[in-house]
Amino acid sequence: MSHLQSIMVQKSDDDKMHQLSSNLIMAVSGEAGDTTQFAEYIAKNIQLYKMRNGYELTPSAAVHFTRHTLATHLRSREPYFVNLLMGGFDPDSNTSELYYMDYLAASVPVKYYAFGYGGMFTLAVMDKDYRPNMNVDEAYELLKKCANEIKRRFIINLPKFRVRVISKDGIKELPYVVAEGEAA
Amino acid sequence: MALEALHGITRYHSKNEMLRDEMMIPDMENLSNQCQLAIPSIPKGEVNVGEYLVDETGRKIKLNYAHGTTTLGFKFDGGVIMAVDSRATSGQYIGSGNVKKIIEINPYLLGTMAGGAADCTYWERVLAKQCRIYELRNRERISVAAASKLLANMVYQYKGYGLSMGVMIAGWDKKGPGLYYVDNDGNRMPGNAFSVGSGSIYAYGVLDSGYSKDLSDAEAQELGRRAIYHATHRDAYSGGIVRVYHIKEDGWIKISEEDCKDLHYKYADEKSAFS
Repeated sequence: MSHLQSIMVQKSDDDKMHQLSSNLIMAVSGEAGDTTQFAEYIAKNIQLYKMRNGYELTPSAAVHFTRHTLATHLRSREPYFVNLLMGGFDPDSNTSELYYMDYLAASVPVKYYAFGYGGMFTLAVMDKDYRPNMNVDEAYELLKKCANEIKRRFIINLPKFRVRVISKDGIKELPYVVAEGEAA
Repeated sequence: MALEALHGITRYHSKNEMLRDEMMIPDMENLSNQCQLAIPSIPKGEVNVGEYLVDETGRKIKLNYAHGTTTLGFKFDGGVIMAVDSRATSGQYIGSGNVKKIIEINPYLLGTMAGGAADCTYWERVLAKQCRIYELRNRERISVAAASKLLANMVYQYKGYGLSMGVMIAGWDKKGPGLYYVDNDGNRMPGNAFSVGSGSIYAYGVLDSGYSKDLSDAEAQELGRRAIYHATHRDAYSGGIVRVYHIKEDGWIKISEEDCKDLHYKYADEKSAFS
């Protein structure tokens, strides 16, 4: 939730997630400016699809559309430098889905992932403690562990993390994960 | 420039213009469309505008932009305060000591200036035109959110081509007081308090420690003035006149314009009176 400009925290309540449809969310990191412009472009197009056709894109279809858009821009004069995670729930197949996508437009379905410096510290934590059959509380505890590890080992201050759950009931916001403990 | 474009006046064609039209070169005149400036024909990654120029022998000349500034803006219960210094620098050289770094877009909108003075003046003037056109078309004033997004989208078009600006757009609309930060990276964010420029670290120190939502008008104006004064004291690239504006429900008003030297001795006297 922190927006950093060189050595300064510019904003501490930033929302880096964009809602694409009633059951699909995109979390974006990367080049400043590109992130919002790209996310808003994708969000508006997915909403346009729903208006034209009367039904929403499935999460996997939305991911393919996003990947295609990113790949087309990649070899143009002005590529978007964005890394993103797309999380959604497909009501037809009754499955929750998470997709990794980097700025080179490589896209893979994953169980969990984290981008950026924070990812270096937290991927191992998730590798160790992630289980596919976790309930919401257990998953929340795992996120807390990740935030604590970032506070412990990362030099930059990232105190608060926004949490959203996407399920068959739609999108729900959980309380912020606030890092606890001491820096190492 | 606003009126001319609005009425669709076509200028008398000069010989050059006729020649150009015949050659089917697209219109790149910034008088008729300020958002369609000619851009280099090489890929963006190879454009190094803003870093250096190349002289006739092919040697790189480093460019020094006028980055030194302190500007600040914050929202509180009584509206929005904007305060700025007035020093313009180019490297070590002080170009001017009385620049107006608060740009009056219209009676309800203010913009600040940090980074390239020319870029800020130009794009905020284009923004002023767009806001006026919005007003004429929609019979209501533009919101601060929309105005700041117009500016963000305009500068995003030229991302990577060397624009240099870090501005705050503040005003009062249907939702109440509004404050947005916009820069040349394409960032645009709403917030309660921002400070931009080389002196911002000093201004933030004073601003953060004295800030609360329920300040009185006079306290808030003094907080803004104080924050800028302390920045002019510590930051060599900030100085001159400290200007303070206050935006309320019925538009902005200019509160004060004081020399930072006068403020320095005023604050020094106040301090010695206590000790």
